[in-house]
Amino acid sequence: MAENDIALMAHLMRRAGFSAQYDEIVERAEKGYEATVEELLNPTDNSHGMELDLAERSFLEWNHFIRCVPEYVMWRMINSRNQLEEKMVLFWHGILCTADSKTQSYVTSQAELDMLRRNGMGNFRDLLVEISRDPAMVYFLDNCLSHKDNINENYGRELLELFSMGVGMDGEFNYTEDDVKECARAFTGWTIANNIPGQPYGRYPSQFVYNPADHDEGTKTFLGESGNFDGEDVIDIIVRQPATARFISRHMYSFFVADEAGVPSWMETPPRDMEAIKMLEDEYFRSGYDIKSMLRVLFTSDAFKNARFQRIKGPIESIVGTIRLVGDWTTPRPGFEVIFDEMKHMGQEILNPPSVEGWHTGKEWIDGGTLVRRINFIADYVGDLTQPGIQDMVRKLQAEGPVMSPTGLVDGCLRLLGCYELEAETRQMLITHAEKNGDLPTNNREFAQQVSQMLQMIVATKEYLYA
Amino acid sequence: MTSTKKDPVLVILQMTGAYDALNTFVPYGDPHYQDYRDVLRLSSDDVLAVDDYVGFNPGMGSVKELYDEGKVAVIQGIGYPNPIRSHFRSLDIWHTAEPDKMVTDGWLGKAIRDLDPNKENILTAVNFGRGLPRALAAPGVSVASVGDLASYGVLTGIEGEEDRMDALDIFGRMYSPMIGSGPVNDYLSQTGLDALKGADILKTAPDMYSSSIEYGGSPFAQWLKNIAQVHTANFGTRVLYTGVNPGTFDTHANQHITLPRLWGDVTTAIGDFYQDLVEHNANEEVVMVVFTEFGRRVKENGSGTDHGSGGVAFIIGDAVKGGLYGEYPSLEPDKLDEGDLRWNNDFRGTYATLLEDWMGLDAQPILNGNFEKFDFIK
Repeated sequence: MAENDIALMAHLMRRAGFSAQYDEIVERAEKGYEATVEELLNPTDNSHGMELDLAERSFLEWNHFIRCVPEYVMWRMINSRNQLEEKMVLFWHGILCTADSKTQSYVTSQAELDMLRRNGMGNFRDLLVEISRDPAMVYFLDNCLSHKDNINENYGRELLELFSMGVGMDGEFNYTEDDVKECARAFTGWTIANNIPGQPYGRYPSQFVYNPADHDEGTKTFLGESGNFDGEDVIDIIVRQPATARFISRHMYSFFVADEAGVPSWMETPPRDMEAIKMLEDEYFRSGYDIKSMLRVLFTSDAFKNARFQRIKGPIESIVGTIRLVGDWTTPRPGFEVIFDEMKHMGQEILNPPSVEGWHTGKEWIDGGTLVRRINFIADYVGDLTQPGIQDMVRKLQAEGPVMSPTGLVDGCLRLLGCYELEAETRQMLITHAEKNGDLPTNNREFAQQVSQMLQMIVATKEYLYA
Repeated sequence: MTSTKKDPVLVILQMTGAYDALNTFVPYGDPHYQDYRDVLRLSSDDVLAVDDYVGFNPGMGSVKELYDEGKVAVIQGIGYPNPIRSHFRSLDIWHTAEPDKMVTDGWLGKAIRDLDPNKENILTAVNFGRGLPRALAAPGVSVASVGDLASYGVLTGIEGEEDRMDALDIFGRMYSPMIGSGPVNDYLSQTGLDALKGADILKTAPDMYSSSIEYGGSPFAQWLKNIAQVHTANFGTRVLYTGVNPGTFDTHANQHITLPRLWGDVTTAIGDFYQDLVEHNANEEVVMVVFTEFGRRVKENGSGTDHGSGGVAFIIGDAVKGGLYGEYPSLEPDKLDEGDLRWNNDFRGTYATLLEDWMGLDAQPILNGNFEKFDFIK
């Protein structure tokens, strides 16, 4: 197997999934790149299988606390064989986001994330309709309080600003304040039954209800078109806009290829790679807004393949990726809630985005606090020789021969972490550090310790912040 | 300027979500107010009256007490040109002090650069919370950002003191900036190095601190406690920043219940913090700023309020000349700006006052212009 094919597969699995152990990477590389892309795009086998079934029966509290929805989602990210399917939940949750601090209904929030999983690789128009009917969202952005004689603009505005078009493109505004109001009018009557607040009778699942008596039947003028629009009509107009193609393409590019400028600056700041964005925009229209088609074009493009280590990993990617790497949490046991705390401290708690705008990504993931937290979490894990994934790495290095050179140790660790690449200077520093111990006998008791400490040093590098 | 010889300190408290100016600092004596707010109306029985026209939200008792002691300046009608009703862009404008174009440098980031031009103190500014607000960001400026003061430190899991020191030594060298590695890598380098240095100092703060004040359990209250710990540890920290989670004050619905509760939590923590400073004889050198990204629509939506413009901010501290500043924007229907309060003083005037009259800096280069100041600093 060519080294580069393995490195490329490691890249694909980091981006289209939450990374994979070395054996899986090699296995997939042998199967072929395109075949793997198709497998990721078309999840066929039961994504969760016994692991999820077992987990649901073991973690009984998953049915009781809001905290447990993020834990459940993370469990799936760690254990699902359909990695892209779970990655798309994270992608859409970062764009079409709600926060449990307001919705406070675990069952409704979980239903929303399940909806994102069902529609994550479907048609974007359908996804917008679904999210507009999603009870958690209807409540979160107050559409249930928008009435035909007294509109609440919250959902109408965010649908345009954050879910589909963005404020502006190429220096021009995409819509006016009047469009916001007309959009909100079109969504009047889209409400929920069993309003979410749990007091005083406890929490019930909430469901979407269309109330024709509260729908504004008047003529609306939205983005230059007039008619007696309802929400679906407005969404039909939205998905036809070039701004929508641009907005979704930029989000995809930023999430899968390379960090883009922050969303609020997109009106003024052109895309980092206009050619790649154009390619995605074209596919968006060609395929009739099909997300899977866009993803296929994306993953098989040179822009994607050449973008290794161009994105700073997000906290969820770091946490899940580390757990998958070391092979922890493949079976349930008490204590999973510490993983939930970790999301919080690293700055990306599922169901608690900083705002409806979602998380700020790229270098904004990193500040003094989150950097320290991230490095320590990963270093503690790779330094833990009881983890099966780490034991496996030690065995693989031992199998290379009775003696390992300092360079061999550094490069071997980098390879097993997923073909990581370091700046020449950083790599040299680590080799120099390893030279203090000279050539290592691999059957020596200290060898495992030396491997795990080298892994700790590598995951603390700047380079390892990237994926 | 204050008579104390201690360096002035700025504590910024960001009330994200856009608190409703009208029901925060309530013009209860205005007949129009009663018309606009059918459900959410607060009467003279509800408000903590300042005079027969305005009063504080009933949840704001702790700040009202400080107001009565002459320690709170209320900046009425604060805003910026061409109000934008997006939380994100609006907060960006408050952070960068630049309403007309997108920039990445924060006003406090630039102020920190002026306070510590030779980067002598890694802890000139400390942020408490999830993520660093853009207000504190500027190239070459390091700000420690702490989620949890008690567990702050790098590679704490490496076993053996000698091995850990070795690892930290290499870490320090790996994060040294490399020539030509680009702005993002430079940022990462600096963040890593500063985290390394800052952590060693910051982690000593909780042990040096004791207090009779018991703060509430909310993250905001705990972060204010952390601010008290860092301030009283005398690390030379000049700018401290924290706030509530974004969206907290975004009261589109059920505002009559949530707003007094939110203000109750926030202002109790502020009152506790002030008392804590007094207990440590560390109150005179601290000025607090309470702000939000914009105001809300004058007319309620039946249960809450939608995004609007024109706001109110609070400056709190011993060095503050308490009272009302700016004018309360008129509620006459034809004086509203598309149904919103019309702002009458540029927020950069308040920033300029804080920068020049409190922090002793030149505001012009930080704010890119001259703005009319208030005289709320003694």
